[in-house]
Amino acid sequence: MTLVRSALCWLFFIAAAHAETVMIKNVTIHTLGPLGTITNGAVLIEDGIIGGFGIDVEVPANTRVIITEAGVVTPGIYDPYSYLGIEEINLVEETVDGRQSGSRFTASFDVVPAINPRSTLLPISRIEGITHAMAAPQPEWSDAHLISGLGAVINLGGTDDYLVKGGAALFVQLGEGGAASVHGSRSAAVLALREALEDARDYDRHRNAYDEGRRRDYSVGRYDLEALQGVLNREIPIVVSVNRASDIELVLELAEQEDLWLIVNGGAEAWMVADRLDAAGVAVILDPTRNLPEHFESLNATLQSAARLHEAGVKIAFSISDSHNSRNLRQLAGNAVANGLPWIEGLRAITATPASLYGPEDGIGVLQIGRPANLVVWSGDPLEVTTYPSHVFIDGESMSMQSRQTLLRDRYMELDDDTPPAYRPIQ
Amino acid sequence: MTVQNGMVLLLVLVLAGCSRDTNEEPTQPFASTYTPLKSVTTVIRGATVLTGTGELIENASLLMSDGRIKAIGTKLRVPRSATEIDADGKWVTPGIIDVHSHLGVYPSPDVQSHSDGNEATAPVTADVWAEHSIWPQDPGFAAALAGGVTSLQILPGSANLIGGRGVVVKNVASRTMQDMKFPGAPHTLKMACGENPKRVYGDRNSAPSTRMGNVSAYRQAWAKAESYRRKWDAYEENGGEQPDRDLQLETLAEVLRGKISVHNHCYRADEMAIMLDIAKEFGYKVTAFHHATEAYKIADLLAENGTCAAMWADWWGFKLEAYDAIRENVALVEKAGACTIVHSDSDIGIQRLNQEAAKAMAAGWRVGLDIRPEQAINWITSNPARALGIAEQTGTLEEGKNADVVIWDGDPFSVYTHAEKVYVDGALVYDRLDPAVQPVSDFSLGTRDDTGGQP
Repeated sequence: MTLVRSALCWLFFIAAAHAETVMIKNVTIHTLGPLGTITNGAVLIEDGIIGGFGIDVEVPANTRVIITEAGVVTPGIYDPYSYLGIEEINLVEETVDGRQSGSRFTASFDVVPAINPRSTLLPISRIEGITHAMAAPQPEWSDAHLISGLGAVINLGGTDDYLVKGGAALFVQLGEGGAASVHGSRSAAVLALREALEDARDYDRHRNAYDEGRRRDYSVGRYDLEALQGVLNREIPIVVSVNRASDIELVLELAEQEDLWLIVNGGAEAWMVADRLDAAGVAVILDPTRNLPEHFESLNATLQSAARLHEAGVKIAFSISDSHNSRNLRQLAGNAVANGLPWIEGLRAITATPASLYGPEDGIGVLQIGRPANLVVWSGDPLEVTTYPSHVFIDGESMSMQSRQTLLRDRYMELDDDTPPAYRPIQ
Repeated sequence: MTVQNGMVLLLVLVLAGCSRDTNEEPTQPFASTYTPLKSVTTVIRGATVLTGTGELIENASLLMSDGRIKAIGTKLRVPRSATEIDADGKWVTPGIIDVHSHLGVYPSPDVQSHSDGNEATAPVTADVWAEHSIWPQDPGFAAALAGGVTSLQILPGSANLIGGRGVVVKNVASRTMQDMKFPGAPHTLKMACGENPKRVYGDRNSAPSTRMGNVSAYRQAWAKAESYRRKWDAYEENGGEQPDRDLQLETLAEVLRGKISVHNHCYRADEMAIMLDIAKEFGYKVTAFHHATEAYKIADLLAENGTCAAMWADWWGFKLEAYDAIRENVALVEKAGACTIVHSDSDIGIQRLNQEAAKAMAAGWRVGLDIRPEQAINWITSNPARALGIAEQTGTLEEGKNADVVIWDGDPFSVYTHAEKVYVDGALVYDRLDPAVQPVSDFSLGTRDDTGGQP
């Protein structure tokens, strides 16, 4: 087999921001795209895009060749629900921008202005193979609004083109959290959501009258009415955090009535209504290791969730719902596989599926010739707890494997060094 | 009463006797009533065995009888009546021990009615005992058992400087806490450094609100305890009028007498060093620092003091004192020769401590440290057993030890491996392949759609 190359990539190549040409050899490549899995193959990265896959490929001049020992190449890991970039330290309030309750903004609350591409969390996560993430406003905390706001897709590649898509999804909570957010019951929460949606529809039809003060009072403000249009037009999904089977059924009905593009987040009991989720084409973001009845809305949580949802045909993506532990997504996937999910589906649930949740992303979550190279080279099975990435590429650029944590590690590797730690050279 | 029950009871009495130097001491209340489940003589054959003593034995057999490990090796003489378990391709380890759990005191479901782990009404509550908060019906116990956990320390939370007594339990489904209590295990004392106590009390505008306030309050408590200990020791020795009992000071005095070990939640290296000095000032020992995200910065000091570090594999950054955590923390503590423990502090994490140890081991490999599985297994078996004062009974696979044993369906350091059979004192208490041998808590009855079987 020779190198498969796309003619297109030669025609449309983008100039030399990504000058380096890299060939990764002796790897198993899980493309999760049309080419499936290629064993004992090679990947060529040219001009930031995947130039081709193959065996015994011709190596262009000035190519850096990476030869692995039974390495594995996968698309970069994509965290579909995180606080990356909008939170540094959870208990240091000043560094947390993903949650707010004091402001009057709900649907229009947008994380984009708060994103910090220099957050130390980004290198710490990306050297572990996380290349993309949904930076979401946090619905799950005590004083959160029912509608938490708009999340953004970011890449973890640096300080320039980190924003992949702003306003990419609207986050909402129902169930126990939703009830708490309206200081009452589930019924009140769903009413409040319905009212906001109906108000936004009415506003859209009567903007002039609204501006002239000739419309009834709405339940939310002008910015929020505007922000809800994307959801009403199905331009962006509405991600609803909900766990109990009956709450999921309720939100499925609401989504049908209001014609919404729904994603379920949490979904502890989603497996119990898997057929309905499948019929509605609704994807579920879940942590497949949360098997305890942590709340009365998750009494039927089980390690079998992921496998059961997949069997029913439901699209699943894994998340750990925080900022610092995205690097453990692959352990979640491994555990889902250990509990019945096919291996490739475990990988898909942390790469291709999350990348597809918020609209198709070019060259993210799958490896395709002619598309941007967002990929990770692993020392072995990426779902195994003892493997690690040797190389990470974001938009074709080879990432430094240094982070604040590796700097700390290097400083304290040798405790009997005569040079005090503060004077030890940075490696 | 069966013969083996009698033997255990005898052991309890002997151990209890050993730990007492005078007869006048009151009998401990809330004594263990643990009785092993019925066991049969069992031989596990053909397994890869990690002994917890630093050895890996290929193709080994393990004989369990009367609740004890009778023999281990490649060639065993086995009674004909023994139940044979073919463990070809499987691995066998000591039962996993979690040195830091809040199962039962913060049980599932996580609701206010179940919030029993922090007596956050005063910064020093040495008088409270975690065991009085344990709800044996916490479904988390069964889930932890499915992860191979046979013993665990249940601690009060970290809201307080001195949070109260911790307790070691066997992970056996029981109606009462006393039925779970590990016979002969000493009590422990939970202490906490840093952010939590100063946040909890500082937010109420009461002491402590600073780290120096924390230290002042520890020292004041120990100073009082020292004078209480002297008063009582004098009374024990010379008689006279019996001093008043003070449950706070009684606990602390027992620490000063070396009867209760100290388990100290502490993240930062500099704070651990201060805590070691406080221990020296008042003549007690810090048995283990828990969480210890910066243990790698002072691993030499920990080794020197004989203090364990009980750590997560990779949790970090959720608060400022955890900001300097690194993945190599566990491996670097091991490298320095200090007592290394991997703990969970989580009802989810406790279900896969083997994976947490695996991650920590692999982090060591990445920086060129040759840490073998036979070493890494100690982090979740023999080392926590030492820190809990139960190493004479459990934590390793050695002749004469309690038969707390896990058969894994593969390499326990793989994400795909499950604990297949779990034995506590030789009794099969969990079998992944047989729902009849999977405990189901009262709470799970009728609340789950698919009862019978593990969550």
